[in-house]
Amino acid sequence: MSLDKDQVQHIATLARLKLSAEECAESVEKLSRIVEFVAQLSQVDTRGVLPMAHPLETAQRLRADAVIEVNERDRYQENAAEVSDGLYLVPKVLD
Amino acid sequence: MSVSAWEVVIGLEIHTQLATKSKIFSGASTAYGAEANTQACLVDLGYPGVLPVLNVEVIRMATLFGLAVNATIAPRSVFARKNYFYPDLPKGYQISQYELPIVEHGELFITDAEGKEKRIRITRAHLEEDAGKSIHEGLDGSSGIDLNRAGTPLLEIVSEPDLSSAKEAIAFMKKIHTIVRYLGISDGNMQEGSFRCDANVSVRPPGQEELGTRAELKNLNSFRFIEKAINFEVERQIELIEDGGKVAQETRLYDSDKNETRAMRSKEEANDYRYFPDPDLLPIEISAEFIAATRATLPELPDAKQQRFETDYELKSADAGILTASRATADYFEAVVAASDAKTQLAANWVIGELSAALNRDGLEIDNSKVAADALAGLLNRIHDNTISGKIAKQVFEAMWAGEGSADEIIAAQGLRQITDSAAIEAVVDKVIDANPGQAAEYRAGKDKLIGFFVGQVMKETQGQANPGQVNQILKDKLSK
Repeated sequence: MSLDKDQVQHIATLARLKLSAEECAESVEKLSRIVEFVAQLSQVDTRGVLPMAHPLETAQRLRADAVIEVNERDRYQENAAEVSDGLYLVPKVLD
Repeated sequence: MSVSAWEVVIGLEIHTQLATKSKIFSGASTAYGAEANTQACLVDLGYPGVLPVLNVEVIRMATLFGLAVNATIAPRSVFARKNYFYPDLPKGYQISQYELPIVEHGELFITDAEGKEKRIRITRAHLEEDAGKSIHEGLDGSSGIDLNRAGTPLLEIVSEPDLSSAKEAIAFMKKIHTIVRYLGISDGNMQEGSFRCDANVSVRPPGQEELGTRAELKNLNSFRFIEKAINFEVERQIELIEDGGKVAQETRLYDSDKNETRAMRSKEEANDYRYFPDPDLLPIEISAEFIAATRATLPELPDAKQQRFETDYELKSADAGILTASRATADYFEAVVAASDAKTQLAANWVIGELSAALNRDGLEIDNSKVAADALAGLLNRIHDNTISGKIAKQVFEAMWAGEGSADEIIAAQGLRQITDSAAIEAVVDKVIDANPGQAAEYRAGKDKLIGFFVGQVMKETQGQANPGQVNQILKDKLSK
């Protein structure tokens, strides 16, 4: 196993997922298999090879600095669970 | 506890909002103060299926900044996703730069406590998008999210831990603040959050190579708070260590009401951002031609301008520093000098003194001054040619500020022209000496200081319009007889 239970719990916490003990054990196994599969790449000699940031061999296209969007708040907020005075409402978050 | 037994090490991360019209990855407006969520489009809201398209202006601005701090502009840089969950970040990640930032290896010079020039290295400056705002008050168990700010372009400027006191940190930050405004790439408005800073603070025994464990102070949005927060944190760490404790590596929030820093628990666990290159964005390529063209637009920078003001206008270093702290003030001063025959130091004194005081009093920026540069030059000309004294000039200035006309118009309308006719001044002096025989006798008996009293009396008689130099001379002549 390349991942242990604590690591998987940590990943779950970061992803805001709650895992039961069985789910966690299952995830340890499945995620480990993925990590081990990808880890084969570390055997390749990559000296002199530039890291690839994107599979497309071209550069980013740029747009002019112009405001082209209009206010569509009412339409967008039709999809929101709850709004008030133009704000999207979410369960209270505080540090 | 003794602060001197410890060496303070500070590195800063400065977030500067770039002054673009539209957002970094969308065509929504970045204007401040709009009604909530009216400037948040589908890209900013993180709707499925949308794609970010990069604003060319942020590339130009970041390049300009890099050139201004003598940094390397990366010919190829990459956007990465910084993953964390917070309601004001709808996508669940912030688009930022990680391994390959657009600007690296810059430098800036500040003046340290001993007045010596100190080089501060700039590790990097990278582009990223800002998050939205959360509102916690008055919503009854909910938090409200305004995503107008989401997607506003930021340039995060990161220094090496080369700063050794709160004062140096402030000096560095002020310099960056001046530069970004000189370059016109940010309005630097701290109240609106366009310019804010995190500080990494640690202490170590002098001579120790290894850095101490650092705490990251968040949310420092005024120069005064930064200084207080750093000083508080330094003392907290020293006390902790001297009492046998250990500094924890953590994020701490500065509370300006209590003047203390406290740990932000929620940040601890989440401090694992799992950066990876953003597949939605291709690498940015910047050509040598683009860099050269951008370099050609670099304005004269604050240090060079200050140096030139000292040399060309023969100003005191401190005055040159004040006048070049903003480009608008420097331009105003140069316009005054160009339009006036008066000595440059007199022009400097007036811009730094009367003009700044009036601007402060009315809460105005120099661009909106009620007395334009050529109008102030007109007033200085009248001081220069002895039409009015410096004291009367202040009175004229107030009238100009109140919109009563040009210096010449006010001087004529109020009859403020200086009395330089010796006969007229002599008559007043005779009258004052006759009216104060006691003081005259004391002066003649050796109480020199009384000259001030006599000058004051003559000035009072002439409503301040007598030429002070002549008054002094005539008084001395007459009293010594």
